[in-house]
Amino acid sequence: MDINLIIESVPKLLKGALLSLELVALSMVLGMLLAIPLALFRNSRKSWIRVPAYCYIYFFRATPLLVQMFLVYYGFSQFEAVRNSFLWPILREAYWCAIIAFTLNTSAYTGEILRGAISSVKWGQIEAGRSVGMSKYLQFRRIIGPQAVILGLPGYSNEIILLLKSSSLASTITLMELTGLTRNIIAITFKPVELFLLAGIIYMSLTFVITRVFNLVEHKITTYRRPLVEQEISQG
Amino acid sequence: MINLYGFENTFIIGTWLTIKVTLVALLIGLLLGLLGAGAKLSRFSVLHYCADAYTTIIRGVPELILILAVYFGSSALINNIAGSLGYDGYIDLNAFVAGVIALGLSFGAYATEVFRGAILAIPKGQIEAGRSFGMGRTLVFRRIMLPHVWRFALPALGNLFLILQKDSALVSVIGLHEIMRSATIAVGYTKKPFTFYLLAAVIYLCLTIVTATGIQYMEKRFSRGVRRD
Repeated sequence: MDINLIIESVPKLLKGALLSLELVALSMVLGMLLAIPLALFRNSRKSWIRVPAYCYIYFFRATPLLVQMFLVYYGFSQFEAVRNSFLWPILREAYWCAIIAFTLNTSAYTGEILRGAISSVKWGQIEAGRSVGMSKYLQFRRIIGPQAVILGLPGYSNEIILLLKSSSLASTITLMELTGLTRNIIAITFKPVELFLLAGIIYMSLTFVITRVFNLVEHKITTYRRPLVEQEISQG
Repeated sequence: MINLYGFENTFIIGTWLTIKVTLVALLIGLLLGLLGAGAKLSRFSVLHYCADAYTTIIRGVPELILILAVYFGSSALINNIAGSLGYDGYIDLNAFVAGVIALGLSFGAYATEVFRGAILAIPKGQIEAGRSFGMGRTLVFRRIMLPHVWRFALPALGNLFLILQKDSALVSVIGLHEIMRSATIAVGYTKKPFTFYLLAAVIYLCLTIVTATGIQYMEKRFSRGVRRD
């Protein structure tokens, strides 16, 4: 075991971890923006709205992320029209292709989580909102939305951890994030055991931090579930 | 019909390998899962800690890293050991074996939690009933606990299997000729990446649909004799 190499590689790999986190954060936000309409479409009563959303979610959940990423990164270049279009400067970059693939993928999973959360809101709650004359929008904002966030949070935190782990796939399209850098250093030093160990530790720490953050958020937004005394303590 | 430029066979070979990889990894994973659940529920705290470490580590590390680590790491380790024993040749862990072990380890870690939950969900009275008939520990496990465990665990295991099937695409990075690799080979010759990666996606889609249907059938079959509310 080469301890010196491990210590030397820490700053380099942390730089890679930063890129991993950047990929996760960006696709998480963009994915959420896509997921909200997806979830609403998926719950729609009109079949011409519901079915396309269902197909989108099914396709992205049933095929490997690696295939999706290769389709975006390598696939689109097959078409002359894409190569000549204004999109090409974006689709040429591995970075943006990874973001696009991650976003599309996570939006399907997040959409499904949201849909489940929205449809688990108790019917009586919605009825209560209606009975005091709330409009559909107000019902969503005041009653369905806040409860769906709480119901969907555990599933969403799992999804973000999976997204962090999936971000390692970006190394297959030449991005130098945590996994990419690890493989790079291994190619130079021929010390796979030490470097994979270090990369594994960094990934685990990131997972741990994400889990804690989500637990904290859940704790904060479920104050109402705890006894009153405890609520007052946590509010100071 | 779409023109595949004569790469049909490549894809058939690739699909067959994907199926083989997932099935063997499933077997290893189920075994590890049962062992892990047993260890987590055991009275010996050493076993408990080992199982905890196993699930925490495997679930916190990306599958890609796991596959690469098993493939490259193990051959480095084996060669170090062999070297210190005085053997100066080069030993290489077969990519299939490495891929299957890595995927099995990952499946096993998640399955451990599933089995643990399923074992805990068995009503106590059922086990007591078995004991009161004079059944031994193994007989209680085989006749009473296992059928329950299957039924409780099946939906979650089915999901894990679908994930495993998709993760099997990752073994292409260590050079195994499965579906992704077939697509990459075809793309190298024809320069038609969209066509062939889309074909790969469609094959995975079909595999998922077939598996999901199979799981649904099994769920129905294992819940025979259970009252539906």
